Amino acid sequence: MADSSSPPVAAPSAPRSTAERASAAPWLLAGPALLLFCGLLLVPLLLTAVLSFHAFDGTQGVLPTFTLSNYVEVLSDGYYHEIFLRTAGMALAVTVLCVVLGVPETIILARMKSPWRSIFLIVILGPLLISVVVRTLGWAILLGNNGLLNDALQALGIVSEPVKLVFTMTGVIIGLTHVLVPFMVIAVWATLQKLDLQVENAARSLGAQPFAVFRRVVLPQLLPGVLSGSIIVFALAASAFATPALLGGRRLKVAATAAYDEFLNTLNWPLGATIAVLLLIANIAIILGCNRWIERRFRAVFEG
Amino acid sequence: MSFLTLDGLGKAYGEFNAVESISLSIERGEFVSLLGPSGCGKTTTLQMVAGFVEPTRGRILLNGADITRERPEKRGMGIVFQSYALFPHMTVGNNVGFGLDMRNVTRGERAARVAEVLDMVRLTGLDKRYPRELSGGQRQRVAIARALAIRPQVLLLDEPMSNLDAKLREDMHVELRAIQKKLGITTILVTHDQVEAMTMSDRIAVMHGGRIVQTGSPFDAYEKPESVFASGFLGKTNALRGIVEQMNDRCAVVRVGASVMKVPHGGRRFEGDVQLYVRPERVALIDSSSMDATLQGRVTTCLFLGNHWMLQIDTPLGTVRASLPNLGTTPPQEGDTVGVHWSEDAVRILAETAHG
Repeated sequence: MADSSSPPVAAPSAPRSTAERASAAPWLLAGPALLLFCGLLLVPLLLTAVLSFHAFDGTQGVLPTFTLSNYVEVLSDGYYHEIFLRTAGMALAVTVLCVVLGVPETIILARMKSPWRSIFLIVILGPLLISVVVRTLGWAILLGNNGLLNDALQALGIVSEPVKLVFTMTGVIIGLTHVLVPFMVIAVWATLQKLDLQVENAARSLGAQPFAVFRRVVLPQLLPGVLSGSIIVFALAASAFATPALLGGRRLKVAATAAYDEFLNTLNWPLGATIAVLLLIANIAIILGCNRWIERRFRAVFEG
Repeated sequence: MSFLTLDGLGKAYGEFNAVESISLSIERGEFVSLLGPSGCGKTTTLQMVAGFVEPTRGRILLNGADITRERPEKRGMGIVFQSYALFPHMTVGNNVGFGLDMRNVTRGERAARVAEVLDMVRLTGLDKRYPRELSGGQRQRVAIARALAIRPQVLLLDEPMSNLDAKLREDMHVELRAIQKKLGITTILVTHDQVEAMTMSDRIAVMHGGRIVQTGSPFDAYEKPESVFASGFLGKTNALRGIVEQMNDRCAVVRVGASVMKVPHGGRRFEGDVQLYVRPERVALIDSSSMDATLQGRVTTCLFLGNHWMLQIDTPLGTVRASLPNLGTTPPQEGDTVGVHWSEDAVRILAETAHG
């Protein structure tokens, strides 16, 4: 009986078509977006995955044979280990910096009075409206050997020679942190909005000093937001391309730029595809792992 | 010297006076309610006592010491918030123990006191639960236990029952009052619910427009309202407008429409326009031909409310409401002509100008 789930009181002929239409509606509505998603994301991703199992020959190009040699190469070569470790280190450093900068930033923002709050929120989120490439080039100008920062440091007599920031990991991390901090702010902001301000008053009435209120009452409640923000920032940092490419340069490779170089310089597409697939797998594994952990850790407290 | 004194306390936000001037002396162990409609300044007053809002005028004295500028964490007051404001990330036990942690109480004593207050609010055994796993009533009990755990000098209740359903609220009134009496803890309750204020308090301070317009026992506040506002806010009442014709030794003779009524004036002087108040429960319905009838009228509505009937009677002086106890018989029905009667001492007289 196909109709067994529909309520027995309804007329026997009518509910079937309405039920069918009702169940079809979400699919029809989601259809266009779903098609776009499949066409522009899933299919290329699948083709990339397939490509990563093809062989490559310097003279003949991509060979349509199945091989695991690309994976063996990436997973066994110290050169690629270094790239992946560098990527992970960079993403981690950016995430930590985003937490350190973004969380206080959001709390200060939330305490601001009416007109200033919206103004500063726009100031913080505004950079998202500007192309990453443009922003990164801006950082290159600021951080360059003859850039504003080094000129200022030298003029103030803090350093005698320019501090090398462009084409260093420090420069990349600074640039990426700037690009990604708004995502942390948004995530923490969302959690902060749900906080009952009276809870802080309650803690104070029970004898907690302002710092104790923050550490024992406010921060633990913000933690889910901080963690979800961290996941977003980590994932975006690990797969970032433009900033490491422009501020890090050709030598300081991370996974995304390494994949790009294999594709466009060495023309070893299968190897580039392999790096891309491995980056994706690592990213998904880390995100799902963190997500699972957060859910288990905080379910009892925050759901419902 | 009273235990807690509010001396000319006021709070202004720019040009707007949230609280004009509050002076109130509260004895040790007394339960005082600040009763008033929203916007009357009662919550701001409580926040000033708690230390969350800094007064712009006046002083707060606790046990002789001026605590007007003392920080909230130093005041040692237990507060139950309207939203309960429990710590969602802590278990019930840790919520209740939080104040003790801040006081560096030893582990053994902490456990003993948490158990003691949880027992007091009948939540024994729930200390491992999180607030979200509790019902509204249970959360409220946790909030009360948390405030009591620090053995506060003063307990402040900020509309604590407004999120409970009616039945639960009535039970909580009785229970909270019993706890308060047992501990002998000085308590201030802020509420807009007159029933709540009357059932729980030793004394009610009726607030209006940032001022206290009347203080007194629940009985006095209800029976002898001193202002038009207090009379209308505490319970239901019938208001009649009249003109004083003559003042006798005991009574004022007041002309109301076509009738003349004698009203005991209680030693106060009245002249010109006055308002007369009669509580619906003091209105009796009698045979319309009876000589005792103050007014004649026709019943327009008759509502059965379980323990009593609420009737509206159309009279030459306007609609009069009567509340008749349910004695197992049916009262006059809609459309019936009845005589309306009240005794002289059921009427409260107030000068028309006594607003606020």
